[in-house]
Amino acid sequence: MPQPSDSPLLQIEDLTKVFHTRQGFSSKQFHAVDGATLSLQADKPEIFTVAGESGSGKTTLARLILGLEQASTGTLSYKGRSIGALSSREKRAWYYKEVQPVFQDPFATFSPLKRIDHYLYETVYNYKITDRAGANAYIDGILNEVGLSLAEIKGRYPGELSGGQAQRVSIARALITHPSLIVADEPVSMLDASLRMSIVNMFRKLKENQHVSVLYITHDLATAYYAADRIAVMLRGWIVEMGPVEQVLGDPKHPYTQNLKQSIPPINPDAVWNEKMDLAQLDSDAFAHVGCKYANRCPHVMEKCRTHEPPNILHEGRTVKCFLYE
Amino acid sequence: MTNIIEAVNLKAHYISSAYGVKRTVKAVDNISIQVKAGEIYGIAGESGCGKSTLLKVLLGAHRPPLTVVGGSVKYHFGARDLDVLTMDERTRSDIRWKDVSYIPQGSMHVLNPVRRIGSSFYDFISAHQPVSRRDSHDLARAYLSELGLPETVLTSYPHQLSGGMRQRVTIALATILWPKLIFADEPTTALDVVVQRGVIQLLKEIQQKEGSTLVVITHDMGVHANLVNRIAVLYAGKVVEEADTNTILKNPSHPYTQYLIKSLPRLDHRGERVSIPGRPPALDNVPKGCPFHPRCPFVMEKCKTVEPPVITVRAGHRVACHLVTGEVSHAATI
Repeated sequence: MPQPSDSPLLQIEDLTKVFHTRQGFSSKQFHAVDGATLSLQADKPEIFTVAGESGSGKTTLARLILGLEQASTGTLSYKGRSIGALSSREKRAWYYKEVQPVFQDPFATFSPLKRIDHYLYETVYNYKITDRAGANAYIDGILNEVGLSLAEIKGRYPGELSGGQAQRVSIARALITHPSLIVADEPVSMLDASLRMSIVNMFRKLKENQHVSVLYITHDLATAYYAADRIAVMLRGWIVEMGPVEQVLGDPKHPYTQNLKQSIPPINPDAVWNEKMDLAQLDSDAFAHVGCKYANRCPHVMEKCRTHEPPNILHEGRTVKCFLYE
Repeated sequence: MTNIIEAVNLKAHYISSAYGVKRTVKAVDNISIQVKAGEIYGIAGESGCGKSTLLKVLLGAHRPPLTVVGGSVKYHFGARDLDVLTMDERTRSDIRWKDVSYIPQGSMHVLNPVRRIGSSFYDFISAHQPVSRRDSHDLARAYLSELGLPETVLTSYPHQLSGGMRQRVTIALATILWPKLIFADEPTTALDVVVQRGVIQLLKEIQQKEGSTLVVITHDMGVHANLVNRIAVLYAGKVVEEADTNTILKNPSHPYTQYLIKSLPRLDHRGERVSIPGRPPALDNVPKGCPFHPRCPFVMEKCKTVEPPVITVRAGHRVACHLVTGEVSHAATI
């Protein structure tokens, strides 16, 4: 359970986002994020990972935090102020300066027809960080933090850069406003294996040197384990297990987290998979399910799992949403 | 064991000329590989290193601007020897799916969206053996249940299935005629880990049941570790190292392979992981000498001018690096 802190950076309570889909006259509800509760502290920067399979609501959670979606219910507050109550002028002037995004595909982030340094200058001028004379030096300083220099990228188009370089520029752009929180949605999944670690290592460095918190959204548990301090595992809109990464991934308690961990291909040739696993046959509509959303796939399923929603239980230093630990 | 594929000094370039400007992309540059019958052979490397191009040439599916400049590819199916690059269209379509099959990249998007899965199965089977619709349906149903997939998919449209299920259906479709040789291009990319594990298991099962040969391309070393018997590591269109999976993962000799393994995050170890400095070269402008020399921590003068030859360190382990000579398999470690 997130400890109530004197200085919360980001506080999310019971956040829910419902999408409505229509088919003819019938309308269906779809809980993309369902009762998410988490908080980040301002005085202790950390890398917080949100992990889960595709369709688990990770990206919707990120979009809610970035203010790109309106929450259906629940509260989302940043530095003590409710985000939903901010006027759009305040959002632009303050919130968007404090919280910056990094997206999945660096080549989709930047227009291929614009020079990439244009984005950096534009951000500097938009937020009036420095005057025009100081812009070059300022941008060069920011680029140095991500291991690039202005001379390297000035006048170049995104297509002339490698994926890793473009993603670094994307992160540099996010750093320009000196944010306290970076929301990174799958920042390494489009990158090559050799470049992945350089980005993840950079997040670790930024946390140490710049005191930036990072909300790192990924389906890759191995990099999550490597980089993160805390982790929240999402399943169909629920946070099913949340706590320090050593505990959650070192010794997972929720049956879903256990399944996830066992599914990471071990790199050690002495420890490759031998036993068989059963895969879900057809995806039933688990979003609309009563009771636990994992009940159909869970090896420890009990009668009440099919009828009641499991509570959040504090167990060995993490919260688990499972009846097994009552 | 006999070789089922033999590729010798294969060179395939993308040659384009626009407005008098000639551009040559050397995607496959002097590659020689042999795949043994009944094994799972992995091809590893980053994007843009020529993995998929190599597969196209091995399949004989290259089309301009991709041109085979030199070398040969041969299949040996028992007593039958086939030259892939010179065989006629008739033979090619005869062996397609029956003897040689291909699981394409992004295979969850290859199913025809306006046909039921069962009709796709009929199309595939009827193209190669005379069957009635009912027989093909029975054949498909039997095969799916053998692979542990639900029969109901036959009456579904692709959009009704999840991504992982579509991937498995495509694999079933590509292997229903029990081909001797199966090529798979990034079969698990874009799947989440749980589904990925199921797909790896399925590929293994198919391979073991029929004793067929599987050639798998992926950049994910974790997949290689759990699926393949031997790995060839590609860099800038060349094979820089080839050995059995155990050697590649535990005892790699080429600095690039060492970096590739060292940079993998592991769940049993949280220490600092290195990342490879620099970036992979563009294939139309590959550095002279050893293509890895601008990123290599052990670079010598020789590396900048002389291309390292492929040396057999010991039986089944080939490396192309100046640091590695016949006697010493480990000149340096990162």
